[in-house]
Amino acid sequence: MMELVFKRPEALVDVPFHFCPGCHHGIAHRLVAEAIDFFKIRERTIGVASVGCSVFMYDYFNIDVLEAPHGRASAVASGVKRAVKDKIVFTYQGDGDLAAIGIAEVIHTANRGEHITIFFANNTVYGMTGGQMAPTTLLGQKTTTSPYGREFTNDGYPIRMAEMLATLEGTAFVARVAVNNPANLMKTKKAIRRAFQMQMEEIGFSFVEILLSCPTNWGLSALEAHRRVEEEMIPYFPLGVFKERKMADSL
Amino acid sequence: MNSPPPEKLLAKGNEAIAMAAIDSGCLLYFGYPITPQSDIPEYLSKHLPTLGGEFIQAESEIASINMLLGASATGARAMTSSSSPGISLMQEGISYMAGSELPCVVVNISRSGPGLGGISPSQGDYFQATRGGGHGDYRMIVLAPSSVQEMYDLTALAFRLADKYRNPALILGDALLGQMKEPLLRRPPEQMTLPPKNWALTGAQHRDPRRLKSLYLQDGELTEHNWKLFRKYEQMKKEEVRYESFLVEDAHLAIVAFGSVSRVSRTAVELARREGMKVGLFRPIGLFPFPERPLHALSQKVKAFLTAELNTGQMVEDVKLSVERDATVHFYGKPPGSLPFPEEILEEIRKTYPKE
Repeated sequence: MMELVFKRPEALVDVPFHFCPGCHHGIAHRLVAEAIDFFKIRERTIGVASVGCSVFMYDYFNIDVLEAPHGRASAVASGVKRAVKDKIVFTYQGDGDLAAIGIAEVIHTANRGEHITIFFANNTVYGMTGGQMAPTTLLGQKTTTSPYGREFTNDGYPIRMAEMLATLEGTAFVARVAVNNPANLMKTKKAIRRAFQMQMEEIGFSFVEILLSCPTNWGLSALEAHRRVEEEMIPYFPLGVFKERKMADSL
Repeated sequence: MNSPPPEKLLAKGNEAIAMAAIDSGCLLYFGYPITPQSDIPEYLSKHLPTLGGEFIQAESEIASINMLLGASATGARAMTSSSSPGISLMQEGISYMAGSELPCVVVNISRSGPGLGGISPSQGDYFQATRGGGHGDYRMIVLAPSSVQEMYDLTALAFRLADKYRNPALILGDALLGQMKEPLLRRPPEQMTLPPKNWALTGAQHRDPRRLKSLYLQDGELTEHNWKLFRKYEQMKKEEVRYESFLVEDAHLAIVAFGSVSRVSRTAVELARREGMKVGLFRPIGLFPFPERPLHALSQKVKAFLTAELNTGQMVEDVKLSVERDATVHFYGKPPGSLPFPEEILEEIRKTYPKE
């Protein structure tokens, strides 16, 4: 008798991901889906897709999914949650979506302490539109719109979203994680679970920034991209839990 | 529904809209302050929490419309309101809602533009309202009240029509209609048999997951989606024609005016009648769909039309399209700043009244 030790999470649809070889989105999707399975909340979870490579989450997650305009996922999710407070609501947004065009929405969503969870996929680049500079693009990083490398004199500095949101009173849980090696992946798994738990226990707003690779737009092989996460991204975007509330704020 | 027994009130137009929302079972409101519509969020911020509803003062109109999008996706009735510059900011979200076929009510107590313009009554947003407003090939249901009672009745109707067609509906008012007080009969809104919301996102329990989206990448998919939306607008054109006519039966000249200008025009018609001129008033209540057929029918009776608007000429294009070449169409426009006096319109009537 063989024991089944590994299977597709129920919260994922049985279709191949369209993501490029070596891209970390698929890993992050799977970890979110595993957490949904773990808490047995698949039938009461509503996902909000953003614009970019992440929009296709409606094809991959075996849950109700709503598509938001570019940058607006956190406002859309706020509207969903206020209408159906007993549901679990999360967004999955890239760095262009959340940290550029949608930064006002995410700051105010966090500040209102909306009982939603945001997964922020930071790969330092606009993936779907072809590798343009993002707010999180590292200094010196060459992209299709920073061909000489990002310079702070012209383009400003990479934004550390997790640290910024952790300063807001409205946030309950803020963490930055990566999936570039098994040890980091296990921490990501834990952070994602903790983020959903914050929502399920009505403690408040939770935010998990996940550092992802984008080999295609970085012009690197999958292995080189793993290494870049470790050697270039993590030193600027340190991993860790920046905020963890023990209980909900009450009047 | 939270319909109270009918009661007679003296109410502001903006308050009437807020009351109609509550009486229509809309307990979710998202908005951002802007003159001259702030009475709506003020009223709802006071009343919704006591009714178990939700009021969010958003950080921008962009956030408001997207909160509305999210709430509407759950099948709940929800509303936002703003004024012209804020409505401009909402166009992206409205386009997404039209594309994703999400019902909602958006109220535009419009002000004058372009740009920051001013807060006086204006009808400068007619094109934006009736041509979709945002990107892509879509339409909103657009209703134009001309009294406090209609602010109430048409808002309630807007919720029903939005649900019937799975489409955004817009109330187009202005500072005059929003700020003035008139008697209001607050009565339970009419009931309408509406299709079940078997598309709403409520969690995939004992059913397949649902998706609400406007992205269609498969070959031919988007074409078919646009045709589907087109058929919906054609159905609206058949079933949702709303207008009022006043003294048009024997008229040689008919004024065409909506909203606040229709009130001034009505007085002008009465003044003209005293001078022996046979003048009537045709008032579109629905701006999309526009009452094309009744207006065309009227063009077989009257010799000329005088379109009066608080802008430099917008609805007049729809009037011309409706009457085709069967009658002369004159235009009287007053750019925003102040309303015309009835005498100003009377003077135009004298100028354009058909000679025997």
